[in-house]
Amino acid sequence: MKFLPLIWKNVWRRKFRTTFTLLSIFVAFLLFGILMTIRAAFSLGVDIAGLDRLILIHKVSLIMPLPHAYLGRLQATPGVQLATHQTWFNGVYQDPANFFANIAVEPEPFLAIYPEFRLPPDQASAWLADRQGAIVGRDLANRFGWRVGDRVPLIGTIWQPKQGQVWDFNIVGIYDADDGVDKTQFFFRYDYLDENRAEGEGLVGWYVVKIADASQAVALSRTFDEMFANSSAETKTTTEKGFIEGFAKQIGDIGAIMIAISSVVLFMFGLVAASTMAQSVRERTSELAVLKTLGFSGTAILLLVLAESFFIVLVGGGLGLATAWLFVQQGDPTGGLLPIFTLPGRDVAIGVGLMAVMALIAGAAPALGAMRLRITDALRRV
Amino acid sequence: VIVRWLAQTAAVIALNLRTIPARLSSSAVAIIGIAGVVVVFVSVLSIAAGFAAAMQGSGSSDRALVMRSGADTEMTSGLDGPDVDVIKQAPGVRRDGADPLASAELYVMLDIPKRSAPDGAANVPMRGIEPAGIAARREVSIVEGRMFEFGTNEVVVGRAASGQFVNMRLGDTIVSGQNRWPVVGIFEADGGVAETEVWADARTLQGAYRRGNTFQSVLVALDTTASYDAFRDWLTANPQVNVAVRRENEYYAAQSVAMTRLIRSIGFGIAALMGIGAVFGAILTMYTAVATRAREIATLRALGFTTSSVLVSVLAESLALGAIGGAIGGGAAYLAFNGYETSTMNFQTFSQVAFAFRVTPELLGMGLFYALLMGLIGGLLPAVRAARLPISSALREL
Repeated sequence: MKFLPLIWKNVWRRKFRTTFTLLSIFVAFLLFGILMTIRAAFSLGVDIAGLDRLILIHKVSLIMPLPHAYLGRLQATPGVQLATHQTWFNGVYQDPANFFANIAVEPEPFLAIYPEFRLPPDQASAWLADRQGAIVGRDLANRFGWRVGDRVPLIGTIWQPKQGQVWDFNIVGIYDADDGVDKTQFFFRYDYLDENRAEGEGLVGWYVVKIADASQAVALSRTFDEMFANSSAETKTTTEKGFIEGFAKQIGDIGAIMIAISSVVLFMFGLVAASTMAQSVRERTSELAVLKTLGFSGTAILLLVLAESFFIVLVGGGLGLATAWLFVQQGDPTGGLLPIFTLPGRDVAIGVGLMAVMALIAGAAPALGAMRLRITDALRRV
Repeated sequence: VIVRWLAQTAAVIALNLRTIPARLSSSAVAIIGIAGVVVVFVSVLSIAAGFAAAMQGSGSSDRALVMRSGADTEMTSGLDGPDVDVIKQAPGVRRDGADPLASAELYVMLDIPKRSAPDGAANVPMRGIEPAGIAARREVSIVEGRMFEFGTNEVVVGRAASGQFVNMRLGDTIVSGQNRWPVVGIFEADGGVAETEVWADARTLQGAYRRGNTFQSVLVALDTTASYDAFRDWLTANPQVNVAVRRENEYYAAQSVAMTRLIRSIGFGIAALMGIGAVFGAILTMYTAVATRAREIATLRALGFTTSSVLVSVLAESLALGAIGGAIGGGAAYLAFNGYETSTMNFQTFSQVAFAFRVTPELLGMGLFYALLMGLIGGLLPAVRAARLPISSALREL
């Protein structure tokens, strides 16, 4: 503790150099935070996806519809807590550039299966009472300035109404959720869609099944797929997590590219920090020798130099990560392209770990050199 | 006077540049920093360039794509048999003898794993075409095997799809649900998105996907590029059908906009932030360079070299570091990424598009320019300090 002032003085020995080193480490970890956020965004929230929810899609392809009649058979299967279906609507709000997910669901089982969507009870009952009612995520509502009570028209692309092209909805609720959950979706009632569409009556997009015991996921998936084998619509069942992972994988190597870039960035800035540390120790060779003469042990010198490098990296990196976090709190800057925009806690922890590693590597060589310094040589060098 | 100034400056610059190798470790920090930024900048933008090239090189301005009005992609469109008959009779459609060069098509998806992730599944687009669909697309050629026979369940596979997804080589059979699709040929289409597709007979596909006598789009070869307006106006004014008409090339180009913009903004954003860091690195390097040579610089000044020639010489050294870093970074990005083949999801249709990264000369030029800019900014402050160095105290130092 009593050496803190000494470390402090050493750190600020060359104010200019320290400031710039701090700034470059700051930028490195700011970038790290943002890159990890992008990576998480492209993995589509797979971290929070449920393992106790199964998704049944048509075996040939997700775009093929399934008959509504499967619901009863799913619900009657032992081990199933609740089953419901959803249908991709793909409606357009004003302009195709305003893309957001809009999905037809059954309100009651939907809210029961997805407890992560928080909807005030009065809004939930309003949804049950209004056939044209729709609930929207907090982020989506903010994006278009929608409030409860607004009337929102969507142009049908896959499903046309019996007359015209426009479907009208009443916003009856705005759901909220924790970070990492998609709050940009638009859910409306399947019965409204089914009664008013020109064709396709009785077809649904896919089924979501909540099972009582997550360890039964594989067995139940097989049961379902065998149940509908050799029918006109065979199914493929996966866990919700597996389904989202598969979808994210289709985007391709974005995650790998982000990690590769982060590595380049951290290596590059690590090098700056290391060279600065090495230089500042080299400059102080004679001083360190004097300290040794005064009776400082080799270990003490080692710790002094390491403490300096930890100080610089932790302060710069900590501020960088904090700034990245603040930036991410502002929300998705692309206006809806990245619905899940959050800095995962796990990546923050990894970042702190990386700071420690960087400080250790940057400080190790000069610190060891300082520890091994032979007093006589060092004093003579000047 | 100017000549003498130039001669002086050249002499100092030459001295500085010649001594860079002697200060290798401190120069390396700046060079590696700048090279790192350029690698990231060029490689991220090469993704956008490759994706945009694949999408924008698809389709032709003398073909039109007809879909149901309100549908934004083929995936969501639907046309009945009678609609198709009307569309094929529209004015402006090129004819081969009496037959219109117009192909009513289906656009569906197959659930097939990528080679790189054999346990997952990807949405591979599958297109059902009519015989005119081949005649209308002049850029398509079979490069392996043969064209499929209409009336059978044979398919031909685009070159990129054949490379990216499992079980799509010549002689394989694609299994999808209860359907079996034997692959009898591989085709190319000038590198366009069609190369990621699987093509079959539209009639066979209607049966396999239970579509009755419906289609999703009609691809029409126009008499000339200029026939487009007449063709579109006739169809949109016709009360028998409710359709929207687009030029084929514009349809594909529009699908690339959102993705390209997203990748570009990520690329520029990251490069800008990294650039700040690299500039710090360059500044540190140059300050060190100036500090270690304070005595030399002071000596030169004492000998009568002007402050401006000292200033310019420091800038020149820093620019040289930038140029070296830029060249290394651009070269590394080119070697590592140019032509790297991958596939991603087209967010408009949720189907796969294969493309290759493209490190274009423009991107390399931009990378080098950015490297020089970082070098210049990094050298500015140290150069001013070198020029302002008081001669007497600098000579006394050390």
